[in-house]
Amino acid sequence: MKYTDEFRDREKAKILIKEINKLAATIEIARTRPINIMEVCGGHTHSIFRYGLEGMLPDAIELVHGPGCPVCVLPMGRVDDCVSIAERPEVIFTTFGDAMRVPGSKKSLQQAKADGADVRMVYSPMDALTLARKNPDREVVFFGLGFETTMPSTALTVLQAETDGIENFSVFCNHITIVPTIKAILDSPDLHLDGFLGPGHVSMVIGTAPYEFIACFYKRPMVVAGFEPLDVLQSIWMVLKQIKDGRAEIENQYARIVPEAGNNAALAAVGKVYELREFFEWRGLGSIDHSGVKVRDDYARFDAERKFAIPGVKIADPKSCQCGEVLKGVIKPWQCKVFGIACTPEMPLGALMVSSEGACAAYYQYGGVKKHTAARPDASVAAAS
Amino acid sequence: MCLGIPGRIVKIDDHQKKLATVDVSGVRRQVNIACIVNDTHLVDACVGDWVLVHVGFAMSRIDEHEAAETLKILTELGEAQAEMESMRLSAVH
Repeated sequence: MKYTDEFRDREKAKILIKEINKLAATIEIARTRPINIMEVCGGHTHSIFRYGLEGMLPDAIELVHGPGCPVCVLPMGRVDDCVSIAERPEVIFTTFGDAMRVPGSKKSLQQAKADGADVRMVYSPMDALTLARKNPDREVVFFGLGFETTMPSTALTVLQAETDGIENFSVFCNHITIVPTIKAILDSPDLHLDGFLGPGHVSMVIGTAPYEFIACFYKRPMVVAGFEPLDVLQSIWMVLKQIKDGRAEIENQYARIVPEAGNNAALAAVGKVYELREFFEWRGLGSIDHSGVKVRDDYARFDAERKFAIPGVKIADPKSCQCGEVLKGVIKPWQCKVFGIACTPEMPLGALMVSSEGACAAYYQYGGVKKHTAARPDASVAAAS
Repeated sequence: MCLGIPGRIVKIDDHQKKLATVDVSGVRRQVNIACIVNDTHLVDACVGDWVLVHVGFAMSRIDEHEAAETLKILTELGEAQAEMESMRLSAVH
């Protein structure tokens, strides 16, 4: 595939690994502890595991898997709200496939579907709008999910619904924003991070300027990274180079996709339809100020939250789950008490085990990580069996 | 959902709604191109563009020049390594 295969070249990867090894060996802090680099985005977590990149890196580098998987950070109460909307007889509830199996306090959307609710997987919010057009006597609700990457798609769909005068379409908005999330991580006292791989596709929309505070105030380097193996390795090398040089800058490795200024058309659509919420609840992380968006009053008729009475009940995460610590990178997935035992991709307790972009599912699926076995042998045995 | 996939725009379906057909490794589907259209890049100019498609929306035009630049850096890194290697081999001490 064009612009994909070029960034999967095995020989170039070997060269990069060598350079990373050389560079890591010259970094002072690595003598006493590992260099902690967080990949914020779940897409990067997925690539790192899919291509086995973690195992190729020197021990001096510790990759900390961040909270950037929108499906994984969805709190149980919001899944319950989805189920409540989906179970209304007039509703066709549409969602991306990733969200089907996320557990609510009573059931997931998949279980609701099995119980008779009209839940349908769609590839695009535009497909949900088409469904609304074809079913004028039904209410079609789209489960709006994701960071700034997918926010423009639901905003543009709402604008299209307005233009076409389609009134039986609405979005259940659970979009979240990246910057307050990164700030919450940086303010977390139990974490020490030396640098970041920046989320490539969020940045394609918002540009690189919103991250400047990371360099200016927190003095940490960030490299906005692509998703192919060479992209990830080159970005790790660039973060190390900054650490070695004593620099803290926002660099862009993914310039073929990410313009420094972001995407104006996308941002304009988002700004028109959405506004910041005062706070938004995250699974495992609690409430983070200004970390979510909601539909503006002008578009209230396309807002499922206002169209239907939702329970809106806050449900505590299961006690045995340590999703929060995993999301913040404080513990590794296999160090969680229920990893691979009570929580598996087939029967997930926490959402991190559901999505292919979730750190727990990635560890479970691809396993075989060199550092995997030492920490909690009982869990890794269970996971391997 | 967040990874996206590269494809090439093969025809414009609806100028007003900014809908186009994109070819992703032989699979064709309709996508919205509102995010890659602007005053200097009009709807018709999108035909032939390589774009990154997310959930039915072309979200970014792939910049061939930048892609080549990134690959060049990677190649140079390899060449530098090879050169260092040969220098080391030929070194007197």
